[in-house]
Amino acid sequence: MRSFARLYATLDATTATNAKIAALVEYFRRAPPEDVVWAVHFLRGQRPKRLLGSAKLRAWAAEEAGIPDWLFEESYLAVGDLAETVTLLLPDTGASSDLPLAVWIERRLLALRGQDEAVQRQEVVRAWRELGRQERYVWNKLITGSFRVGASARMVERALAEVSGLSEGVIAHRLMGAWEPTPEFFTRLTAPDVRDTDTSRPYPFFLAYALDREPDELGDLVEWIAEWKWDGIRSQLVRRAGRTFLWSRGEELMNGRFPEIEQVAPMLPDGTVLDGELLPWMDEAPLPFAQLQRRIGRKTIGKKLLADVPIVLVAYDLLEEDGADLRGNPLSERRARLARLLERTASAGRLRLSPLIEAGSWDAVRIARGRARARGAEGVMLKRVSSAYGVGRRRGDWWKWKVAPLSVDAVLIYAQPGSGRRAGLFTDYTFGIWDGDALVPFAKAYSGLTDDEIRRVDAFVRRNTLEKFGPVRTVKPDLVFELAFEGIQESTRHRSGLAVRFPRMTRWRTDKNPRDADTIETVRGLLADRGE
Amino acid sequence: MTLLRTTDRGLYCAAGDFFIDPWAAVDRAIVTHAHGDHVAWGCHRYLTSAEGHAVLASRLEPGAKIESVAYGVALDLAGVRVSLHPAGHILGSSQIRVEHAGEAWVVSGDYKASADPTCTAFEPVPCHTFVTESTFGLPIYRWPSPQAVFDDIHAWWRANQGAGQATLLLGYPLGKSQRLLAGLDESIGPILTHGSVERMTEVYRAAGVALPPTRHVSSVDGRADRLGALVLAPPSADATLWTRRLGVHSSGFASGWMAIRGIRRRRSIDRGFTISDHVDWPSLLDAIRATGAECVWVTHGYSSVVARWLCEQGLDASAIETRFEGERDDTVAAEV
Repeated sequence: MRSFARLYATLDATTATNAKIAALVEYFRRAPPEDVVWAVHFLRGQRPKRLLGSAKLRAWAAEEAGIPDWLFEESYLAVGDLAETVTLLLPDTGASSDLPLAVWIERRLLALRGQDEAVQRQEVVRAWRELGRQERYVWNKLITGSFRVGASARMVERALAEVSGLSEGVIAHRLMGAWEPTPEFFTRLTAPDVRDTDTSRPYPFFLAYALDREPDELGDLVEWIAEWKWDGIRSQLVRRAGRTFLWSRGEELMNGRFPEIEQVAPMLPDGTVLDGELLPWMDEAPLPFAQLQRRIGRKTIGKKLLADVPIVLVAYDLLEEDGADLRGNPLSERRARLARLLERTASAGRLRLSPLIEAGSWDAVRIARGRARARGAEGVMLKRVSSAYGVGRRRGDWWKWKVAPLSVDAVLIYAQPGSGRRAGLFTDYTFGIWDGDALVPFAKAYSGLTDDEIRRVDAFVRRNTLEKFGPVRTVKPDLVFELAFEGIQESTRHRSGLAVRFPRMTRWRTDKNPRDADTIETVRGLLADRGE
Repeated sequence: MTLLRTTDRGLYCAAGDFFIDPWAAVDRAIVTHAHGDHVAWGCHRYLTSAEGHAVLASRLEPGAKIESVAYGVALDLAGVRVSLHPAGHILGSSQIRVEHAGEAWVVSGDYKASADPTCTAFEPVPCHTFVTESTFGLPIYRWPSPQAVFDDIHAWWRANQGAGQATLLLGYPLGKSQRLLAGLDESIGPILTHGSVERMTEVYRAAGVALPPTRHVSSVDGRADRLGALVLAPPSADATLWTRRLGVHSSGFASGWMAIRGIRRRRSIDRGFTISDHVDWPSLLDAIRATGAECVWVTHGYSSVVARWLCEQGLDASAIETRFEGERDDTVAAEV
């Protein structure tokens, strides 16, 4: 635990990418494989489910620190983080543990699950006493299921590439999909033979940056294609060895959710991977996103819903054909192959080619963008015709050019009851965005939800209240909403350093988990050119 | 009527007709120390410790009438016995002992118990009523040993040198900067200063405090990064144009608030060093106990929290108002 805690502290203490990668490399080289896989698991944002309720931890920690509950709460208010509050309140014993991370996780942490409360308490307090301050903090983060660290997935991949001598692409690919943090997985992850056999595995998604300039500055339009930016679920359809795998961008296997797609997937030849957008589709046009939400998260789908909200995959890229990885080939070639492939696939219109926007000038693209909403799209994608299909979010070749207004995905963190006709219902919300691994309050919004949605959020707030301060409830950060606003500016009066004008909720993003919400860096990026 | 009472201008002793650390101009002000939230301009007369005379003079308008008295020497102010005792906060910082009709009060001002070679160490003064600060009056605040913190600062400085970077160490220019300076190992590299730090450091040196040599940033040839220098500057200098002259640099902030990770991150500095000129929770409780006081007034900080805790321990404690209790984050900008 000591060396993992030290790694955590180093990552926390620097904002420099190279220093973070150096620290990761050092840890990956020194730690045993069974520790490294757990570290990779956590560093990439996977977390053990919350093992213990916060009320129990508070009570045990207050008692261990010899303070009353009210003083614990005052301390928590000053710190703003439960794991850290507990860490700071407990006396330093001078202890430190060099038991390996894997032992701490497998024998101490996971063993807490299902135990009765007395045993859990005894084990947690024993761990606090055995661990040094930084180690205790990491432990608390793990048992509260709130472990986050200031290293991106990409940094972890770069560090693993350096340690293994493999390319980043190979590492990123092998980390996709479902895997267990075992030493065997580590052996496969770093195996020098790169002809991988895992048939289910998708490719890392290539993501676009928001356009931060006038499109004219991208150069000659002939070097670019424009497509609609669809407002659905980004996914890869993998067809290999006679089997179908449908992956979301969050690396979640969605098999069983969209039977109409799986039904036609066998029409694709083996060794095919499509990249596209799952959309609710009827009469040659997408249905509103809210319709798609009716399908999200349902494991069993009734006949009526299937008929009301039929789903198609609008494909815009071909990543693999006849088992060959095409990502290094130019987009123009991939698209041409995709068009031919879809033409000869009898998919009953369920696998469709995302059309190009025919435009002779950037002004024509601009006009098309203005019609995006009417097309059921949320803007325009601009892609360089010569571009390869990269890994992660890269600048330069792919841009998304959304229609106004400005919007941000934020997490519901506080709620308070409304007044007038909304009295007694939690209708006034504060939303947070990520600042490192903490959510900072970013905007308040009261409008935009339907009465039905309000009732559902209200029920959520009552079931998931973490704390009460007068009328204000702190809620479990779980619900993600898209907020729209008209302007953004710097502010010294707001914790986030940003103030927005006319924020309102435009969508309840039931398809997103809180980790997918925006960060303060991305939101600050809006300041430069769209702010006031 | 109590011997001291709160007024709209601060703590007042009617029997002796003087204020302690008033926040508006009064006839006679007894000043615990020279930080801005304890000194009001325009008073007719000031009384401070002999050790702190020059520091206070440097912070007041020229010609201000300042009287001073050595620690432990009692004065008679209209029949009230007044003496000043070291508080260990900064050079010349005092606790004010006030005695009248057999009743003794002590006003702590800001104080700390940890070692600081730049000022006389805090000593507990027995009294019936103790008026204490509570800037860090929560059990989450427990300071690491200053030596451990200086070891961290030195390791960071050396690493920055290795990376060709200057080391920008931010701290309050009066008190904190000189304490940092006294603990720095000058054999590692040159120590440079921001103008406001240099001015206060000169005052300290003139008062006889031994400090390693420093030079004002603009008086050296060559950029701080190439020199491998450590630069002492006030927090307000961070991320301003002024820092450009340092070249590539890593920034660190020395303050008790750095104990909290969220505060550290909000300031977007590279490193936070937990070193404070205030008492932490254990020293605060020790100090209160050591006075033997049965009645405690708590001010400047987590007043109501500390007062409630003391009441639960059987003392007669209450929180009193000061004008300087804003948002915690404001305090972070200048922990004084």
